[in-house]
This record gives sequence, C-alpha cells and structure tokens, in this order.
Amino acid sequence: MSKRVLTGRHFMMGDVACAEGALAAGCTFFAGYPITPSTEIAERLARRLPEVGGHYIQMEDELASMAAIIGASWAGAKAMTATSGPGFSLMMENIGLAVMMETPCVVVDIQRGSPSTGLPTLTGQSDVMQAKWGSHGDYEIIAYAPASCQEMFDLTIRAFNMAERFRNPVLIMADEVVGHMTERVVIPPEEAIERWERPRPMVPPGEHFLPFAAGEDLVPPMPRAGEGYRIYVESLTHDERGYPVMSPEVHDRLVRRLNEKIRRAYDQIIDYELSEVEDAEIIVISYGSTARSARQAARIARKEGMRVGTLRLITLWPFPGRVVEELSARIRAFVVAELNLGQMAREVERFTDRPVFRANHAGGMMMPPELILASIEEAYRDAKGSRRQYASIR
Amino acid sequence: MPKEAVVSTHPLDEVLRTDRLPHIWCPGCGLGTVMGAFARAMLASGIPLDQHVVVSGIGCTGRVPGYLKVDGFHTTHGRAIPFATGLVIANPELKVTVFSGDGDLVAIGGNHLIHAARRNIDLNVICVNNFNYGMTGGQLGPTTPKGAITTTSPYGFPEDPFNLPHLLASLGAVFVARWTTLHVRQLEETMIRAFHKRGFRFIEVLAPCPVGFGRPNDMGEGLDEMWFYRRQADYDPQAALEMLEVSMHKDSKVICGVFVDTERPTYMDNYHKYVLSKVMGGKSGAA
Repeated sequence: MSKRVLTGRHFMMGDVACAEGALAAGCTFFAGYPITPSTEIAERLARRLPEVGGHYIQMEDELASMAAIIGASWAGAKAMTATSGPGFSLMMENIGLAVMMETPCVVVDIQRGSPSTGLPTLTGQSDVMQAKWGSHGDYEIIAYAPASCQEMFDLTIRAFNMAERFRNPVLIMADEVVGHMTERVVIPPEEAIERWERPRPMVPPGEHFLPFAAGEDLVPPMPRAGEGYRIYVESLTHDERGYPVMSPEVHDRLVRRLNEKIRRAYDQIIDYELSEVEDAEIIVISYGSTARSARQAARIARKEGMRVGTLRLITLWPFPGRVVEELSARIRAFVVAELNLGQMAREVERFTDRPVFRANHAGGMMMPPELILASIEEAYRDAKGSRRQYASIR
Repeated sequence: MPKEAVVSTHPLDEVLRTDRLPHIWCPGCGLGTVMGAFARAMLASGIPLDQHVVVSGIGCTGRVPGYLKVDGFHTTHGRAIPFATGLVIANPELKVTVFSGDGDLVAIGGNHLIHAARRNIDLNVICVNNFNYGMTGGQLGPTTPKGAITTTSPYGFPEDPFNLPHLLASLGAVFVARWTTLHVRQLEETMIRAFHKRGFRFIEVLAPCPVGFGRPNDMGEGLDEMWFYRRQADYDPQAALEMLEVSMHKDSKVICGVFVDTERPTYMDNYHKYVLSKVMGGKSGAA
C-alpha cells in the first residue's frame, strides 16, 4: 500500500501539491469534473486515492461533483472537489447547501481568465468575490489564497481542518500560475501533520439528541448517516431538530448562527503576511501569485526611495479587515493589486479611511510588477488624489 | 352511539416522525399512499432501520424523508441522486433510497439519473410521477402527457413526454417497475424486492395530483384518478418497453408491472475489479 503522506522534499506542481495536501489532511473522497487549469488535481487523486483506500469518482458535471462530496461527507468522509471558474459557477447552489447543512468539505478553484469560458489556460483572480457572494443568501465562507506550491500543500491541509472544525465548506482560491508552476514542496512526517475532526455527538444513538443544537462555539456535533441517530438534514430553514419551519424567527436565528460561527472564529481563521510595513507609507495588498509581483514591485520602489510595505492576504474570507484597519493608522495609502478589475479593493475600502489605489489587469498573464509600481508611484505622488480605476501597462 | 375506537399507537409509528404529522400534501394526493407503502416495505425488508437512508430533491415528493424516522436528507432541486451517490460510495453499507418526483429526477436531475443508472450505483430510486410540478402550482414537466393542460401549457402540452421504464431499461437499470397508487400491495412487494437487490433500481409510481393535474385535465379529484387507474391499468410485465408511454387519455392503457429484473456488476463491484484490485488487494470504503 502506498503512503498517504509523501514525507520528503519534492519538486512539485502546485495542483499536485494541493492533491497531496488533501491526502495528508485525510481526504478519502474526491468527486470532480475535468476543467483546466485544475485537472491535475483530479488526475493525481484518481491515481493516489485508491492507493490509500479512498475513492475517486469523476461525475457528469460540477453540480453532481459538489452534491456528491456533501453526501460523502455525511457518510463520514473527508471530501473534496476541484474546479475552475465555469465549474465554480455550477457549484454555487450546492455550496449553499453545504453551508445550510453544515457539511465539512473543501472546494478548490484554480482561477483562470473569466468571465465565461474566458482564458482556460491562463491565470486570473476574478472569482474572489464570487467565492463570498456566489451562492444565494447570507452566508460566511472560509477561503484561502495560496501563493506558492508549498502553500498549495499547507493550505489544503488547513482547509480540511477548518472545514471539519466549523462544519462549513472551505475554499482554496488559487490561480492558474500557482496551480501550474513547479517549486520545492517540503512534506513533513505524517506525525507532524495536524488533523482535525468534526465535533461528534456526546450522546449515544437512541437518546434524546438535537442534531442542530449548538453550544458556545455555535457548531453543532455531527453524526454520520447510518449511525443510528435517525437524523433529518434539511436544505429548508430548519430548527434544532432539523425539522423545516416556516418561521421568520427560526430563519433569522439559523442564518445568524451560520454566519456567526465563522465570524466568531476570526482569529483562528485569519492569516496574512506583512513585509516591511514598519516604516511604510504605502502598503501594497495582494494575494495569490500577484503577491509575488507585489514583493518585486515593493523592492523596486524601495530602491527608488519609496517606503513601501506589503500585506499578503492568505485568508481572503472572512476578509482580514482588522489588519487593514490597524495599518490604516500609520500609512498614507493602500495599493490593491489583483488580476481582476478591482474586487478585493472594494473590501479594503470598507476598512480604511485612506485612499485605495488599484493595480488591476483582467488576467491572462501574471501581474507585471511594473503595473503595481505605477500605482505605487501614483499613490506616492498623490495619496489624496483620485482613485486609480484601471492602471494600464506602460 | 357507535363505540369510539381508541388506539394509542399506529403500526408505522416506529418509522414515521409522528411529531411532524399531519403532512403538507393536498387531499387526494397520492404521496401518502406511496410513503405508507415504503414505510411498510422498510419494516418488512428485514434490513435494520439504522441502515436505511432516504434522500430527496425538491418538490412535493421531496418532503417524504422529512416524515420518515430514518436518516434523511432533503437536498437541492435535481441533486438527490449525486448526493446519494456520494453517500453510498463513502459508506457502501448504507441502504440508500432516492425518493423524488418526476420533475426533480427527470427534468432538472435528468443528467444525474442517466449517469447513475449507467454506472449502476447501488441506489433504490422511487420516482413519484404526477405528470406536473405540484409544489409550484401545476406546471408542465417532462412526463406531462402530450396535449395535457397545465398552468404553463394552457393550450395543451405540445411535446412528447418521457417513457420512464423504457428510458431506464435502456440505461441498464437492473430493476425497473411501474405501479400506480391504486396498486398498494403490489407496490409494497415491489419495494421489498427492490430493497434486496443491488445496483440501480427504479420504481415509477403514478400518483394523482388533483390540484395540479387532475382538475385541469378532466381527471377529476384524487379518487376519480384512482377509478381511472382501476379501469385502465393493465398488469403486463412482458409489455414491449416502447409501449409504456402514459398518455392519460380516458381510453388509453396504463401498463404496470416489473419490467426489468436482472443482474449486472454494480459500480462498486466494477471499482473493486478494475481499480482497487490493482492497487491494494480490493480493500474499499471511503469513510
């Protein structure tokens, strides 16, 4: 039998590292549909999951893939799917189902140029708002943005753990550059990998048990199908018994709890990386592969005498608003660099009274550092000036 | 004064969530009958109730698992089958039934239906066909008979409907049956048979929807449609599959029976044979 955890140093593609991260986290079920640039994840898991006693199934579409991983999760599996923009759109309805049924699962979106079929083989970051708002209704989602192959491995493990801990879908919002590049990936020994499990019922089957009654952390314990709890799990608004209830009070209470269980855990979920912010007047905010361009742009800016720092968002959702707030007190302006026309920049604006300049490109290539540099220069020149909407390459 | 009959229990209390009754279905609806047959079949099957899982999509039939005291999942519209596919693959010990309506399974969920049947996933599918979308107020669906009046076919439905037993047989379903809600005993026995088979099983149950379908199409109330089934239903398990279309004309036949009862390797059998045997000596189970 092959090893579940491939401990050692590897030269590994990001998508493959993601698949290996899933295995290391304890993933036992993958349902997916091939789509560029995420397909290598499915290919890797089609080979690797059976080797370690797990199951790979290629479904008829992404609607089915998303439904299947929710079903598998209720049978006790740690379940994942991987896709890109068009498939991510198809998964939206059942991402809402996973939220409503409080089902641990991991969804990987290797973003490409969008909208529609867009640029299948080329990178983009234009699904990041869809990640938060794409399914109907008020919900909180957890989303991570890896910027390296190592993070494709590490954050996929974290995604599984967070999904289990909070009984919520967790997204890996990678981009094609990170998915398809190949770098060193260090896989630790199996015993060094933390694996979290979902909260489990404290009472045996047969005794009085309210499947959707939560304690202080607002995360109810989760039985498995077939264990004897005779649970009823609803996509409709439901009470603590799981029964559908058409009551505005029950609805408001349920939706607030589903949101609050994530918001309350902000400190556990949020992760980011600050660099050279101590004396910075301008801070460049970015994520994913664009953060690598941002570092380069900041380096050049420093050489040119501008005091520039960087904030790399590792957690995209919930949005790390507090760090933006804290940084605002001591800087002149932010530059938000992203491979879309300014999605997370809006979120940054909600947490700062400083001007937010933008460095945007619709995607299809890695963000050129020059484009970010141009926005830094503009911010430096005129931090009180008008907000840059669409910087173009010079 | 007639003597008052007082009973404190009902034979199906063990399998019904009695605290959820009465149910939401309209007077004359066939769903209570199908659910009753299913509940009795579960008890008679000898399969421990804890092993039974019922999964549904959206619509009137989608409400069935909410009344059954076994593990149940009310999922999204059309996605009961892929949800159940994930469940039963991750734990092949489960006896999973998908209980949903014609619109849910065959229209919005049609792609999943054909692929699950092709794969021969170990699922028992009960499709309650009432020829329309009842929950939303009587719109046309892919099983609406040609010419029938619905709220979205006010001039008559111009399309040809699916012939479900023919479709499912062509996909390789190992068990294909049809009854109406008049055939309570036959339905129950067929459900028990289906419980004891492996692979993709499909039972179509024709059920009255007096509000959505019966009244606009001169079928009358629920009881009138039952009389129609009594007059027009024929038991003919040998009938040619292409003859099984249901037109619901007053002089057209409704052919019932178990049309397919065969064996072929299930999805998991094939997964063991073609995949697991090559990597780990046949050990299985994703959970």
